Amino acid sequence: MSRVTAALAGLVVLLFLVSLSIGPAGIGPLTSLNALFLGSDGPLALVMREIRLPRALLAVLVGGGLGLSGAALQGYLRNPLAEPGLIGVSATAAFGAVLALQTGLAAAYALALPAFALAFAAAGVVLVLLLAGPRGGSVTLILAGIAVSSLAGALTALVLNLSPNPFAANEIVFWMMGSLADRSMRHVWLAAPFIAAGALPLLLARRGLDALTLGEDAAEAMGIRLGRLRLALVVGVAGIVGAATAVAGTIGFVGLVVPHVLRPLTGARPSRLLPASALGGAALVLAADIAVRVVLPGEDLKLGVVTALIGAPVFLRLILMTRAEGAP
Amino acid sequence: MSVFRRISEALLAGVVLAAAPALGETAAPERVVSLNVCTDQLAMLVAGEGQLVSISRLTRDPAYSAMADEALAYPVNQGRAEEIYLLAPDLVLSGSFSSLATTEMLRRLGIAVEVFPPANSFADVAGQIRRMGEILGRETVAEKIAIRFDQDLDELRADRASGPRAAFYGAGGWTSGSRTLDGEALSAAGFSNVAEEAGLSDGGMLPLELLALLEPDLVITGGDDGPGFSRRQEIMSHPILARIRAAGRDAGLPGADRVCGTPHILRAVRRLAELRRGLEAR
Repeated sequence: MSRVTAALAGLVVLLFLVSLSIGPAGIGPLTSLNALFLGSDGPLALVMREIRLPRALLAVLVGGGLGLSGAALQGYLRNPLAEPGLIGVSATAAFGAVLALQTGLAAAYALALPAFALAFAAAGVVLVLLLAGPRGGSVTLILAGIAVSSLAGALTALVLNLSPNPFAANEIVFWMMGSLADRSMRHVWLAAPFIAAGALPLLLARRGLDALTLGEDAAEAMGIRLGRLRLALVVGVAGIVGAATAVAGTIGFVGLVVPHVLRPLTGARPSRLLPASALGGAALVLAADIAVRVVLPGEDLKLGVVTALIGAPVFLRLILMTRAEGAP
Repeated sequence: MSVFRRISEALLAGVVLAAAPALGETAAPERVVSLNVCTDQLAMLVAGEGQLVSISRLTRDPAYSAMADEALAYPVNQGRAEEIYLLAPDLVLSGSFSSLATTEMLRRLGIAVEVFPPANSFADVAGQIRRMGEILGRETVAEKIAIRFDQDLDELRADRASGPRAAFYGAGGWTSGSRTLDGEALSAAGFSNVAEEAGLSDGGMLPLELLALLEPDLVITGGDDGPGFSRRQEIMSHPILARIRAAGRDAGLPGADRVCGTPHILRAVRRLAELRRGLEAR
C-alpha cells in the first residue's frame, strides 16, 4: 500500500468517525460511539445503529463508488472530463429509480429499485459511448452527456409531475442533488452488493486501463481485449452508479474532482489511481455529508449542492486546461 | 406608463378590498365561488340556499376534506382563473396558499376576492366562521355555529393538558407544535406535546434522531398519505418508526378533520381524548 493510499484510508476512517458523532441530537462523540458498539437496546444505540451508521456507511459506499467510476471512465475514454454525473449516467439511473418507485414495483419487489436504476445506468453508459465514439473528443463527450442528462432529467420530472402523490413533484430536487438524510440499513443492504459487484470488474480492468494509456493499438498488441474492457466498464459503472443513485440521488462531480486531485499523486497510472480515487471519493462524500449537517442543521441541505460547489470550479479549470492543450 | 398602471391597479385593488366589507352589509353576494378546500367547507356550513355555486375539486376527496359527502351536492372547479371568470361570480373565496396569480387575475377582472389564511387555533376557527357569516351576509347562522363550536369544545376539553406525551409525525418528519390547530387539539385532549420539548412551538421538521431519543408515549400519524409514492413518506417506514409501531405506541388520525379550521376539528379532539384514556388505562 502506497503512502497516498494509506493516508487516504486514514482520512476515510477519521471522517467516518466524525460523521457518526454528528447529528441533531448533539450527543458527545465518545458517548455516541460507545452506544454504537457496546450499547444495549436503548434509544441512543437505536439512533446510532439505525440512523447514523447507515448514513456514514452509505457515504463511504456511494462516494467510493463514484470516485472509482470516474477514474475508470476517464481512464477508458482518456479524457479527464468523463464523470458519471456529467456524461448523464447518474441522470439515467435516477430516471430508472423514479420509474421503479412511482410504478410501485419497488414496493412489491425491493430489488426492482436497484435493478431498474442499474439497467437505465447501463443504457446511459452505452448511449454515451455510442454518441461520443471510442476516440470522441471532450466536446463530443460533454455534448453527448448533456443530451442524455437533459432527456433523462426531463423524463424524471415528467414521471414525478404525473404522480398522484402531492409530494412527488417536490422530489425532483432530491433526484437532481442527492441526499443521505434518513436512510436506513435497508438502503445499505440494497446498494452494497451492487456497488461491490460493480467495483470488482473496474478494479480488475486496471491493467487494461494502464495499457490503454499508450493508445489502443499498443494496448491490443499487449494482449488487452478492448471489447472485454469496454464490457467491464459498462457493467462496473452501471452497477455502481445505478445502486448509488437509487438510494442517494444524483451526487455530481465526485468522480471528476477526486481523480483530478489524485492524478499527480499517483503518477497518472490508472492502476494506482483507481483504488486511490475510491478512497478519495469516500472521503469527499463523508466530508460533504458532514458539511450539510454542520452548516444548516435544521434543513435537508442536499449533498449534491456541496459537491457541485466544490466540483464546478474544478470542472471549469479542467476545461480551460484542455483548451490550452489544444485538444479537440 | 406600465409603472403608473401598476400603481393605479394596486390602488384600485386596495379600494376594492376596503370596499368589500362595506358592500357585504348592504347586499349579500349571490354567486359565490370558492377555490380552497377550507373556504369550501366554511362556505358550505354558512352559505344560504343557492348562494354557493362552485367549490374546489379537492373537497370531494375524503382524504383532504371532512365534508366530502356534502361536497357532492355542489359543482366543482379546478381553480383556474378562466373557468372561474366564466362562472360570473360576484365573490370569490380563496385560501392564502392558493395561486396568487389566479386571485390577482380575478381582482384585475373586477371580481371581489376574499382570502382566508389557514386557521392556527380554536380562536381562529370561531373567528373564521363569523367572518364567513359577515362576508356572505349570514351572520345569524354563523354566530349559531360559532357558539355551538365553543360550547362543544368546552365540554370536550380535558381538565389538564399535561397527560401522556404525544408527538405528531408525518411525511418529511413534520411535527405540529402547540401554536397550531393540531397542537391545540392535542392539548385540549389532555396530552402534552413533545414538539415543545424539541423547541418547535410552531411546528417544523423533527429529525428522526430526536423523535427516537424523546421517546413519546404516542406518535400520531396520518393526514398526509396521498396515493402513490413519495420519498417524504418513505420516512414513515424507517426502522425507528417500525419499532414505535411494533410497540403499539402509534395511532393514525385522519388528516381530513384537522386540515382546516372548521368545527370538524372536534372529531379529532374526540378521537385524541379516546386515545389518551386508552393510554392511561394501560
